Amino acid sequence: MMPTSVPIDAYSPHGRKPKRIMEPRRIMLYAVLLVAVLYYILPLWVMVMTSLKGMPEIRLGNIFAPPVEITFEPWVKAWSEACTGLKCEGLRAGFWNSVQITVPSVIVSMAVASVSGYALSFWKFRGSEVFFTILIFGSFIPYQVMLYPLVVICRELGIYGTLPAVILIHTIFGMPILTLLFRNYFASLPEELFKAARVDGAGFWGIFLKVLVPMSVPIFVVATILQITGIWNDFLFGVVFAGTQNWPMTVQLNNIVNSTQGVKEYNLNMAATMLTGLVPLTVYFLSGKLFVRGIAAGAVKG
Amino acid sequence: MAQAGRPNPLFRNLTAKIATLPMIVTALVVFVGCSVWTVVYSFTASRALPVSKFVGLDQYERLFSNARWEQSVTNLLFYGVFALVFSFVIGFVLAALMDQKIRFEDTFRTIYLYPFALSFIVTGVVWQWILDPGLGLQATLRGLGWETFSLNLIGSKDTVIYALLIAGLWQGTGFVMVLMLAGLRGIDEDIWKAARVDGIPKWKTYVFIVIPMMRGVMITSLVIVASGIVRLYDLVVALTDGGPGFASEVPAKYVFDHMFARANIGQGLAASTMMLLSVLIIVIPWAYLEFGRKKGR
Repeated sequence: MMPTSVPIDAYSPHGRKPKRIMEPRRIMLYAVLLVAVLYYILPLWVMVMTSLKGMPEIRLGNIFAPPVEITFEPWVKAWSEACTGLKCEGLRAGFWNSVQITVPSVIVSMAVASVSGYALSFWKFRGSEVFFTILIFGSFIPYQVMLYPLVVICRELGIYGTLPAVILIHTIFGMPILTLLFRNYFASLPEELFKAARVDGAGFWGIFLKVLVPMSVPIFVVATILQITGIWNDFLFGVVFAGTQNWPMTVQLNNIVNSTQGVKEYNLNMAATMLTGLVPLTVYFLSGKLFVRGIAAGAVKG
Repeated sequence: MAQAGRPNPLFRNLTAKIATLPMIVTALVVFVGCSVWTVVYSFTASRALPVSKFVGLDQYERLFSNARWEQSVTNLLFYGVFALVFSFVIGFVLAALMDQKIRFEDTFRTIYLYPFALSFIVTGVVWQWILDPGLGLQATLRGLGWETFSLNLIGSKDTVIYALLIAGLWQGTGFVMVLMLAGLRGIDEDIWKAARVDGIPKWKTYVFIVIPMMRGVMITSLVIVASGIVRLYDLVVALTDGGPGFASEVPAKYVFDHMFARANIGQGLAASTMMLLSVLIIVIPWAYLEFGRKKGR
C-alpha cells in the first residue's frame, strides 16, 4: 500500500525551540538562506519594478532600481493593446481563453479521474490494476511521442483546433496523477463505510456521490490546485490543439515578447508576464501548505 | 473480493468497467496505441501528412546526420547532467539548512517554491529580460561602477546553455527542496540522537546515514527531475527560441518544429521515437528496482 500523501505535519518543525543567542554558525546558516532568497526573489522584484517604469527610465539601465515615476500604462497596454501576432488586442483575449480552457479541463479531468480512482479502490475487477500500471508508466512518456497521433485522433473526431480538443488532451494527461491521487485517498478510507452503504442498498454511483464525494473535499481541493496551476501554465497543448483563436495566455505572452518587430517594450513585456503569472501565483499564495501537499502528494509515490 | 456472492455480479462489474472506460482508453489508446503509432510511422516517408510509405531506417539516417539534432542531444545531455546535479545539491543543501529549526521557515519555503507555480514561458521571459546584455543585469552592474562585468549568456553560442540552466534551476529547485525536506522530516529523531551520542560530526551523519536513508525521496526526485529534463521545451522557446543559430536547440523542440513548422512529420516521429527510447532507458531500471522487489506494491 502506498502512503496517501505526505502528512501536513511532515513540513512543520519538531524538536526543541530555536536557541535565542546567535552563534556564528547560525549567522552563517541564515546568510546562506538569505543569499538563496536573493536568487529566487530578485526576478519577481525586477518583473514588478520594470512593469511600473516608463521606457526612458528603463533605458537608464538599472533593472533593480524602483521606478522614480510609477506608471500603470504598461499594464493597461499589455492587457488591452499589445500585439499578439496579427491582432493587437492585448492579453485580454488570452486571459479569457485560458479561463475557458482551464475551468472545463479542471472539472472534466477531476470528474473522470475521481470516478476511476473510486472504481480502482472499491470495485476492482480483473485487469483493473494492469490498466492503472500502464497509466502510471505512460505518464513518463514525453508528450512529444504522443503528440502527432493525438492530432490525428482529434482531426478524425472533428475537434482539432477547438476548445473541446484541448480539454480532452488536458483530461488525458491529467489522468495518471489525478487517478493516483484519488485512488490512494479512497483506499485510505475505511472499507466498512463502503460495506454499510452497500447494505443500505446504494449502488456504484450512489456510494460515490452520496458517501465518498462529501468526505473527500480535501483531496478535491488539492487536485484542483494542482490542475489549475498545471493547465494555466501549459503552453504545448494550447499551441497545438486549441486553434489560433483559442490560444491561451502563455502562448500569447510568448508572441508578445518574442514575435513583435521593432523596439522592444520591456515594461510592457514584464506587465504581460506578471498578468500571465498572476492566476497561478494567487492560487499558490492563497493555498500555501495545500499547494505543497498537492505537488508532494503527486510526487511522493511508491 | 467486493463482488463475491452478490446477486448480480456481472451487472455490477459492468458499471465499474464502464466508469473506468476513460482510464482504460487513455492507457491503451493514448499511452500504448499512440506510442506504437509514432514508432511505426517513424519508418515512413511522411511529410505534411502521415502516409504509410515505408522507407526503412531512412528517417533515422537523416536524423543522425543532422547537425541540429546532434546539437539538440548534446545540449540536452549537458543541461541534463548539470540540472540534475545542481537541483539535487541546491535542493538538498537548502532542505538541510531549513531543517535546522530556523525561524521564518514558512517564509523561506514560500520564497523558494513560488517560481514552481509559474509557467516556463513566464520563467523564460523574465530571465530573457534579466540576462539582456543591453539593459539587463550586465548593464546594471556596469552602471553601478563594475565596468568590466560581462554577462552575455544569451548572445553567445558557447554560453547560452547556462542561461537555460539558471532559469530552469530557478523554476525547479524549490520543488526538489520541498521533497528533500519531507524526506529529512521523515527521519527518526533517534537516529540524530544516536549519531550525536557517538560523536559523529553532523556532515558525516548527513552523508553516510541520512542520505542513504532517504533513498525513496531521492529516487522520486530523480525520476521527476529527469522526466522534466527530457520534456524541456517551453523554457527554450520563451528564453532563446533555440538560438543563437541552433546553439540552444533541444530534442523536444526538434520534434515540434519538424511536425508543425517544417511539414516533415516522419523526421519528427523518428526524433520522438528516440526520445521515447531514452525515457525507457531511465524508467525501466527504476521500475525494476522499485516494483521488482515488492510484488503488487
